[in-house]
Amino acid sequence: MTTTTVKGTESPEPKPSRSFLQQLTTGTDWKSAALIPALAVLTALIIGVIIIMLTGSSFGDAMTAYWALLQGSVGSLKAISETLTAATPLILAGLSVAIAFRAGLFNIGTEGQLLMGGMFAVWAGFTFVGLPFYIHLPLALLAGVVGGAIWGFIPGFLKAKTGAHEVITTIMLNYIALRLVDFLLKTEIFQREGRNDPVSKTVEASAQLPLLLGWINPGLRVHLGLIVALAAAAFIHWLLFRTTTGFEFRAVGANPKAAQYAGMSITKTYVLVMVIGGALAGLAGAGQVLGVLDRATPGFSSGLGFDAIAVALLGRSNPWGVVAAAVLFGGLSAGGQQMQVSADVGIDLISVIQALIIIFVAAPALISAIYRLKAPVASTQISKGWGS
Amino acid sequence: MELELRGITKRFPGVLANDDVNLTARSGKVLALIGENGAGKSTLMNVLSGLYHPDQGEILIDGVVHQFPGPGAAIAAGIGMVHQHFMLIPVFSVFENVVLGVEPTKAGGLMDRKKARSEVKEISSKYGLAVDPDAMVESLPVGIQQRVEIIKVLLRGAQILVFDEPTAVLTPQEVEEFFGIVAELKARGATIIFITHKLKEALAIADDITVLRDGKVVGNADPKTATPEDLAEMMVGRPIDLVVDKTESILGEPVLELVNVTVTDDFGRPYLSGVSFQVSAGEIVGIAGIQGNGQTELVKVITGMMSLADGTVSFKGVDISDFSPRRRHAAGIAHVPEDRNEMGMVGSFTVAENLILDSYYSEPFSKGGRLQRTDIAASAIGLVAAYDVRPPLIENTGSALSGGNAQKMIVAREFSRDVPMLVCAQPTRGIDVGSIEYIHDQIMRKRHEGKAILIVSTELDEIFALSDRILVLFDGKVVAERRPADTTPAEIGLFMAGKST
Repeated sequence: MTTTTVKGTESPEPKPSRSFLQQLTTGTDWKSAALIPALAVLTALIIGVIIIMLTGSSFGDAMTAYWALLQGSVGSLKAISETLTAATPLILAGLSVAIAFRAGLFNIGTEGQLLMGGMFAVWAGFTFVGLPFYIHLPLALLAGVVGGAIWGFIPGFLKAKTGAHEVITTIMLNYIALRLVDFLLKTEIFQREGRNDPVSKTVEASAQLPLLLGWINPGLRVHLGLIVALAAAAFIHWLLFRTTTGFEFRAVGANPKAAQYAGMSITKTYVLVMVIGGALAGLAGAGQVLGVLDRATPGFSSGLGFDAIAVALLGRSNPWGVVAAAVLFGGLSAGGQQMQVSADVGIDLISVIQALIIIFVAAPALISAIYRLKAPVASTQISKGWGS
Repeated sequence: MELELRGITKRFPGVLANDDVNLTARSGKVLALIGENGAGKSTLMNVLSGLYHPDQGEILIDGVVHQFPGPGAAIAAGIGMVHQHFMLIPVFSVFENVVLGVEPTKAGGLMDRKKARSEVKEISSKYGLAVDPDAMVESLPVGIQQRVEIIKVLLRGAQILVFDEPTAVLTPQEVEEFFGIVAELKARGATIIFITHKLKEALAIADDITVLRDGKVVGNADPKTATPEDLAEMMVGRPIDLVVDKTESILGEPVLELVNVTVTDDFGRPYLSGVSFQVSAGEIVGIAGIQGNGQTELVKVITGMMSLADGTVSFKGVDISDFSPRRRHAAGIAHVPEDRNEMGMVGSFTVAENLILDSYYSEPFSKGGRLQRTDIAASAIGLVAAYDVRPPLIENTGSALSGGNAQKMIVAREFSRDVPMLVCAQPTRGIDVGSIEYIHDQIMRKRHEGKAILIVSTELDEIFALSDRILVLFDGKVVAERRPADTTPAEIGLFMAGKST
């Protein structure tokens, strides 16, 4: 049988498999919103144990490694701080991917948008000297937002005007951004005086994101960016579900044709959503350079933009789901360091586990089958609607 | 071969799709299986074709119990399905399509084209299914494509033929020819199961009628004695008035006017050429025609989804040819789109959200860009009650509604605005009899209120029941204009097939 869509929605057959994008964005029932991701994490961790044991370690070694993972992510104030520090850019970048998913776009360009946002922010951070922090910091953050938004606007505009697929254009813009950063860091504007390697000037103290727990211990790196990220999540949630703009985003994402028939402008939506997505990614980049790194170096994004895709998938493109997923990934990354140090299990395992989680989230039928859930998701389409 | 289903029961999570279904299709006879959407026809046929395994019950062919582990087994047992949407490859020739999957081969695994062609010829002459084996399928009219489908199942040895809504895509003349084919197949002893919602056709062609409702067989009817009203009542479970009450209406000013409207595709080929007509207040104009003759494009130019190559569209005396869909909507053109799932609603949105899908931006539903959730909910609760959307749960998703109720939801959204012009494309396509009755009543009510209404429908009965004037669209042109009282479905059918006045 062909895969034409079911016409008669009354037929009691299992619904045809929803589009991949729809699966990612529908989180109305708790099963797809929370249970599947939780089971995906559990399954990935179990496979992680098997991988550790296949490399010649004992089950006990694996448990030691996981204990270190837990210790390193939530075992102490320092660990929690590290987890949240790692989660901060992932929240913002994850939101960037998620809002695009909601509008039916695959924003693979978060990495490049994050880089551009970081470069703009770093520039604003070292250029203006002598400003009070309450002007300089917002200015630098805003610069990051603008940088990211510009980098998001380009693919949005190209899609709206020429139909160029955003996956292609954003991937290319990632390369451009990556190499542009390398190039810029060697220019006089950015390069630190007296250095030959590509390192930017240092961000002024007035533009640095203050540490949240610095008063307890200056080594606790979690910074104000976390609050910014949480505020952004709240804002995006509000935007998506409480405003006409969000209504348009969701309608265009779920059924562009119906949105068009309802008088919405798809092209306008594509441009706007990419600008907002880019702005969020730019803010993520700004948070990294102003809160953690204090400067820009080649590839300072360190793949955050790609992890963000995973975070958005795991969070079902729901803003609060993205926050939860980002914290989980932040914990895995912070705990992974500890695991490497104290259990001698390479941090690469964390990447493997993260990738496994995403595979399981992307294939909910697999998880349903493993745990024998009464599948809400039918994986195959058996027949077209019969009588009409 | 005689086919008997005994006690077929099929459950899906939360749904009892078939509940102890018993039916018999006799050899050399036509069994019409009728029922509304969701009555279980589809499930039953999937059981029969081996796609589903019944939870209980058995399938008997000539008294022998058969089990179908898959579609292959059903075909091997002699069951052939002719689907509503043809499963043909347009760029293959007729005989290539027919032998697809069962190609005769010669040495080296090459297809034996000569043998394939002769097999097709043999069947087509045996059953009187005239078709050129070398014609390209895409070049054939729909009625002939259907013959190719029939030849396909006959070649696979089918003696029990299941037709799913076979007349939905045919012109009245092609329907006559199709009935002739069915008679021929009958005469050769084939067992025919004819699934339809067109009650008149069931009465015209069937020897036995079985009615399904809510997964159960609610009864059998004798086509010699039953009336369409009897069948409709059995299907729906309550008396149904199939006749639309139409009183004389008072014509008002022209509301919509198309002058010489021409629309072309990207290569300059015309979808519509020189279409001109008016719709006045208090009038229903029905556009008849076989699908694909420009109806879709006609609706698109009126609602602003497509731009004109030539001509003008005026609304209340204003040229709106360059208005965006949003502006036309705001100016006062309501639109029930032809495909409710694709164009009319967002399946994953709630009923409340779908009810504001095209007016979400205006007061009272939004203020300063913020959605007013209490007003939206209050309006939705009122509309689902007023337009009989069942279940009346505004937080349900649109896709959870049945076809008829989804359509009522869309009608509620469009009709609840007090606007001068309503464009209804296929307003009752694929929905149950009860909903059709309801929507027709709503359309007539709007006519009495003095609205200008354009109905585009491939259902000739619907066009005749509702219209004050009928225009026939063929190949992008208006080829005839008639008042329903001055014409017959047969005459309109000829125009639909291309006869010019």
